[in-house]
Amino acid sequence: MRGLYIHVPFCVKKCPYCDFYSLPFSESRAEEYKNAVVLNLARYNNEQFDTVYFGGGTPSLLYKYIAEILSNVNYTCNAEITAECNPESASEDVLGGLKHAGINRLSIGVQSLNNSELLALGRKHSAEEAKNAVLLANKAGFENISADIMLGVLNQTERSLEQTIDELCRLPITHVSAYLLKIEENTVFGKNYAEIAEKLPNEDKQAELYLTAVEALEKRSFKQYEISNFAKSGCESRHNLKYWRAEEYVGIGPSAHSYYKGKRFAVPKRLGKFLEAEFQTEEITEEFPDREEERIMLGLRLCEGIELTEEITARLKFIPREYYKLSDGKLSLTPKGFLVSNEIIAELIE
Amino acid sequence: MSDNYLDKIRNFCIIAHIDHGKSTLADRILEQTETVALRDMEEQLLDNMDIERERGITIKARAVRLKYKADDGEEYIFNLIDTPGHVDFNYEVSRSLVACEGAVLIVDASQGIEAQTLANTYLAVENDLEVVPVVNKIDLPSAHPEEVKHEIEDVIGIEAMDAPEISAKMGINIRAVMEEIVKKIPAPKGDTNSPLKALIFDSYYDSYKGVIVYVRVKEGEVKPGDRIKMMASGAEFTVVETGYMGATELVPAGGLKAGEVGYIAASIKSIGDTKVGDTVTNASKPASEALPGYREVSPMVFSGIYPADGAKYGDLRDALEKLQLNDASLSYEPESSVALGFGFRCGFLGLLHMDIIQERIEREYNLDIITTAPSVVYKIEMTDGTTKMIDNPTNYPDTSLIAQSYEPVVNAHVYSPSEYVGSIMELCQNRRGIFKDMKYIDEKRVDLHYELPLNEIVYDFFDVLKSRTRGYASYDYEMKGFEPSKLVKLDIMLNGEVIDALSFIIHADSAYERARKMAEKLKEHIPRQLFEIPIQACIGGKIIARETIKALRKDVLAKCYGGDITRKKKLLEKQKEGKKRMRQFGTVAVPQEAFMAVLKLEDD
Repeated sequence: MRGLYIHVPFCVKKCPYCDFYSLPFSESRAEEYKNAVVLNLARYNNEQFDTVYFGGGTPSLLYKYIAEILSNVNYTCNAEITAECNPESASEDVLGGLKHAGINRLSIGVQSLNNSELLALGRKHSAEEAKNAVLLANKAGFENISADIMLGVLNQTERSLEQTIDELCRLPITHVSAYLLKIEENTVFGKNYAEIAEKLPNEDKQAELYLTAVEALEKRSFKQYEISNFAKSGCESRHNLKYWRAEEYVGIGPSAHSYYKGKRFAVPKRLGKFLEAEFQTEEITEEFPDREEERIMLGLRLCEGIELTEEITARLKFIPREYYKLSDGKLSLTPKGFLVSNEIIAELIE
Repeated sequence: MSDNYLDKIRNFCIIAHIDHGKSTLADRILEQTETVALRDMEEQLLDNMDIERERGITIKARAVRLKYKADDGEEYIFNLIDTPGHVDFNYEVSRSLVACEGAVLIVDASQGIEAQTLANTYLAVENDLEVVPVVNKIDLPSAHPEEVKHEIEDVIGIEAMDAPEISAKMGINIRAVMEEIVKKIPAPKGDTNSPLKALIFDSYYDSYKGVIVYVRVKEGEVKPGDRIKMMASGAEFTVVETGYMGATELVPAGGLKAGEVGYIAASIKSIGDTKVGDTVTNASKPASEALPGYREVSPMVFSGIYPADGAKYGDLRDALEKLQLNDASLSYEPESSVALGFGFRCGFLGLLHMDIIQERIEREYNLDIITTAPSVVYKIEMTDGTTKMIDNPTNYPDTSLIAQSYEPVVNAHVYSPSEYVGSIMELCQNRRGIFKDMKYIDEKRVDLHYELPLNEIVYDFFDVLKSRTRGYASYDYEMKGFEPSKLVKLDIMLNGEVIDALSFIIHADSAYERARKMAEKLKEHIPRQLFEIPIQACIGGKIIARETIKALRKDVLAKCYGGDITRKKKLLEKQKEGKKRMRQFGTVAVPQEAFMAVLKLEDD
């Protein structure tokens, strides 16, 4: 079954490291946007989804409209329905609204539980607010809560990171996504690249931080199942797994990507255009995706790994032994291997 | 044409230091004689290869014929022959000068005479050319034309007080230069009835007409249908077309007579048959002797050129073949390397020549290439009494088989303002130079004579010399011969494997220093990879320098957020693209930049 992704391109304020498509929030545009999403959903009346994901931007800003949008989606009764939200926007009203609308999984952008790291990231919330958001969400009835944390942040040490993870894991969460900070070109950080990059932990330090996170999370029964994702048993993100298993999904909203009926395509990053058109414009990014290449590229992000082929086996000699595991005819990367996965994947794909 | 047609011809070249305005003045002359319609004007028309325009140097001689209506009411024919300005092409310069009766000497009104100008001016005087001085850039606030004129008189010893003061850039007083050319430069001499003697000063390959030979007819005449003979190469051809060089195209004419400058086309297939400096004569009525000064030009520097993508070997061969059509001084033969696969061993006149050829292969033929360290030719006396000439480190014999090794040595003259003498001497000392002599050209300038091993100057001597003298010094060299030397072959190992393309022959005393620098450079230019990479430099198995490239810890982890896998794909594409530009040696991938970087080890 396919997944459905809905991109909500609104934020109250843009974070200096984020390059996902979002524009300043306004009530009137939010409503227009909801109408456009509903119109687009009509095309997929015959499609039943078992995962729905509201990403952004800040989807929680749209809490009033989520119910209406979901009422136009044909989803299975056990569907995983996720929405992302920020700690600062996670009020009782908002969380109640989301829960009521049918959201059953919440992904909260905690980023860190260290105030100096949060400040350096330009986040508006404090560590205390982040913890509160998780508690409030739980109180609102969410049992499946994921928290995002950031690695390789300015001021971060192995100690401060472990502390964040320790405090986080004491909260009622089931899932953690831990991303290494990457300075993207078209962001505030990107514009001051030289200045920022100099202060950030270097390559070796980042590697240490990543390995620290993996170990600290595993120790607290958050098992790694993907490069950057950790979950309590059975709480892996079903929607995200579709991406990595090269399964199909439909994306709606500006900048949303789809893999549908064998083709990969994307919606241009233009809200105006999205609102005007009856159906969103879709630009093919890949007409005939190379299945083997994608299988390797995406599958090696997962701890479950990929089925070995002769070609792959023959190329393993170019990869140090400590970077991969072989079991039951499957190849998977170790945490150290994940850190250099681009290099490894490039070796395996020729 | 009347008998006195010679009186109306002026054959001249322009001598100038880089940036003193040679090309600009040439452009102005072309413009003012309306040889080039204004719409065809492109900055610096005479330098018509892209690389020449960018580097502001003239690589090969060019020539153009202009008509000038002088103040005396007569119409004159000007043949302007442009000359290259780099030591690699010294021989070509001398041949171009011989084709002229005079030279316009441009001197910058603010900077005065430069050493390089001086060297070329002396060369012109030696060849009996009438030197016409011109003071350029008088529009600059720092111009001091009077002083510069005195300097010209003092230093070169020619009359300069009434030298035109001009600004080629602003177009000021250009006509005065042309009047000087008419009045001062002698008309050519020659007898149309004598047997043909035409000096080849340039040639290039045209795909329709075959080789176009630029000549200065010294004696006799040549016209279509004539059977001609190249006196040095012995090759014979039948002339198909003769004519003059227009500014943008060739202009056919019925024949060329003594005193004239023009071209000959004779369905010549190989540029090797039309060597610069050779004499063209009439096959049925040959001249008794050739014009003096011809010299066989032989490559001084050798290097391996390999396609970055092994599948492009054929394309590289085609490119070299085509380049050679226009450049007889380029030589090449197939060779193979364990590290780089199949490629060519190429011979060049010098490093600039090598740079230019590489750049032309990459630009004009769109090929990515890898070049090995340039080498000179060494002479090795073997213990069995035989002698070997080695131009490729790969072929360097085992030390136990060598009785004595010899390296080529040149007589080099460095011309420079005297304040840099200390710095130049230090440089020459570092390059194992033997001081021979120092002469004051005038109170401010010196001519330093050193004997230098050729392999010490082929890499970067000129660049370092320039930077140490703020661009004021120039140099010039000629082969002296082979001298006994303590040579060793230095090998570079990556992860324990010898990379043959990085081996080179070097004097034992410089080996340690060089090895250390090479290892450092390689470390800098080879990216961290999945495995740790030891870099070792060794002589005959003995390691004399080492560095280690630590294993890669982390690369960029692109998210696949919202199912957007395009970023990840882009990263992967970039990675693959990067890999393509690298050479794989076992588990080690070496980027092409690393090969290039070790060739350019700067002088600290």
